[in-house]
Amino acid sequence: MIALLLRDLKLALRAGGGFGLGLAFFLILTVLVPFSVGPQSALLSSIAPGILWLGALLACLLSLDRLLALDFEDGTLDVLATAPLPLEAALAVKGLAHWITTGLPLVLAAPFLGVLLNLPPEGFGWLVISLLLGTPALSMIGTFGAALTVGIKRGGLLMSLLVLPLYVPTLIFGAEAARRGAIGMDAETPLFLLAGISLGSIALLPFAAAAALRMTIR
Amino acid sequence: MSLWEYANPVKFLALSARVQPFAWGAAALGIAVGLVWGFFATPDDFRQGSTIKIIYIHVPSAWIAINAWIMMLVASLIWLVRRHHVSALAAKAAAPIGLVMTVIGLLTGAIWGQPMWGTWWAWDPRLTSFLILFLFYLGYIALWEAVEDPDTAADLTSVLCLVGSVFALMSRYAVLFWSQGLHQGASLSLDKEENISDVFWVPLVISIAGFTLLFLALVLYRTGTEIALRRSRALSVRLDRNT
Repeated sequence: MIALLLRDLKLALRAGGGFGLGLAFFLILTVLVPFSVGPQSALLSSIAPGILWLGALLACLLSLDRLLALDFEDGTLDVLATAPLPLEAALAVKGLAHWITTGLPLVLAAPFLGVLLNLPPEGFGWLVISLLLGTPALSMIGTFGAALTVGIKRGGLLMSLLVLPLYVPTLIFGAEAARRGAIGMDAETPLFLLAGISLGSIALLPFAAAAALRMTIR
Repeated sequence: MSLWEYANPVKFLALSARVQPFAWGAAALGIAVGLVWGFFATPDDFRQGSTIKIIYIHVPSAWIAINAWIMMLVASLIWLVRRHHVSALAAKAAAPIGLVMTVIGLLTGAIWGQPMWGTWWAWDPRLTSFLILFLFYLGYIALWEAVEDPDTAADLTSVLCLVGSVFALMSRYAVLFWSQGLHQGASLSLDKEENISDVFWVPLVISIAGFTLLFLALVLYRTGTEIALRRSRALSVRLDRNT
C-alpha cells in the first residue's frame, strides 16, 4: 500500500503540471472573483469563505480525471485488480494520494488567497480547519466518480455531472463552518457534521468505488 | 408461485399486458376526477384564493418524483442482488418519468410562488432539495446513455443510484441546516391533529392515486419498450452473424 502511495505521489510530482495545476486553477479563480463582482471589500469579505470553498471544490474536481484514467489506459488497474491487495484498499490509497497532491496544497494555499478576498481575521483558522476536514471527503467522492466513469470515452464532463451533486452536503457544511467562523458565530456544529461526512466517505466509498471499477474492468 | 417468476420477461410482459389496461383506465379516471373535482367543485382558499388549485398537480407530481427514485433504488438493489434484467430495465424506464415529475413539481411551485410568495424561486430547503434531486436524475440518465454495454450500464447506474440515494438524503437534511424554510410544513400526514380541510383533502388524495397509477402504467409500458428494444438488438446481432 505504501509502495502504491509513493508511486502515485511520484507520478503526480514528475508527470509535470499535475501537482500545481489545481493550485494554479484555485489562484486564478480567486483572482477572477473580484473582477466579476467588483472590488468592494465589504462584499468580498462576506463572500470570501464561500468562494474559497467553491474554488477548492472545483480545483479538486478538475484533477479527478487523471486519478484513474491513465492507470486504466496503460493496464495498471488490471494489475491492481488481480493483485493480492484488495481493490478497495488500492482505491483508498489512490484517494489518499489525490488528497495529498491536490487537497492538502489547497488547504495550505487557502489562507493566502483569503487575504486577496479580504477574509476577516477570525475566519482564517476556521477556513483552514473546515478545508482540512472537508477535502478528504471531496477526494474520496471524486475517487468514486472516477471509478464510475473510467471506462467511458470522454467521460470527463459526465463525471462532473455525477460528482457535483454528490459534493452538495460537503460544500454546505464546509462553507457554512467557514462562514460562521468568519463572522464570529459558533462553527462547531457544521464542523462536526463535516467531519462525519468525511469519515463516512473514507469508510464506505472505497467499497462502492471498487464495486464500480470491477464492473468496468471485468 | 412467487414474485420472482415475473423476472422472466415473457411472464412479466404477459402480466404487464393484463394489468396495463386497468392501470391506464384507473389512472385516467383518478386524474380526471381529482382534477375536475379539485378545479371546479372546491371552494377557494380564504387567503390564497384560487391559486390553491395548483395543489392538485403540484403535490402528486412531487410525490411521484420522490417515490420514483425510491422505486429505482429498490429495482437497482434487486438487479445487483438477483440480476434480473427486467428489474434493471424498470429502473431505467422510471428515471425519465421521475425527472419530468420533478420538473412539473418545480414549475407548478414556481407558478404558485410568484403570486403567493412574490418570487418564482427561493432557496428554501424543500425547493433546494428538489433541485438537487433533479440533478441526480440528470446524472443517472446521462450515465445510462454513456455506457455502451447494457449490463455494465445497469451495474454502474445501480451503484450510482445506491450511493446517490445516501447523498441525496444527506443533502435533504444538510439544506435544512443551511437555510430557513418558506415552504409550508407537511399537511397531509396521517398522524397529525391538524391537516388541510377535508374539502381539499379528498380530491387531492384521488389525484395522488391517479398520478401513482399513471406512474405504474408508464413504467410497465416503458419497461415493455426497453425489453422489445433489447430483443430487437439481440436479433439484429444474430442476423449480422448469419449473413
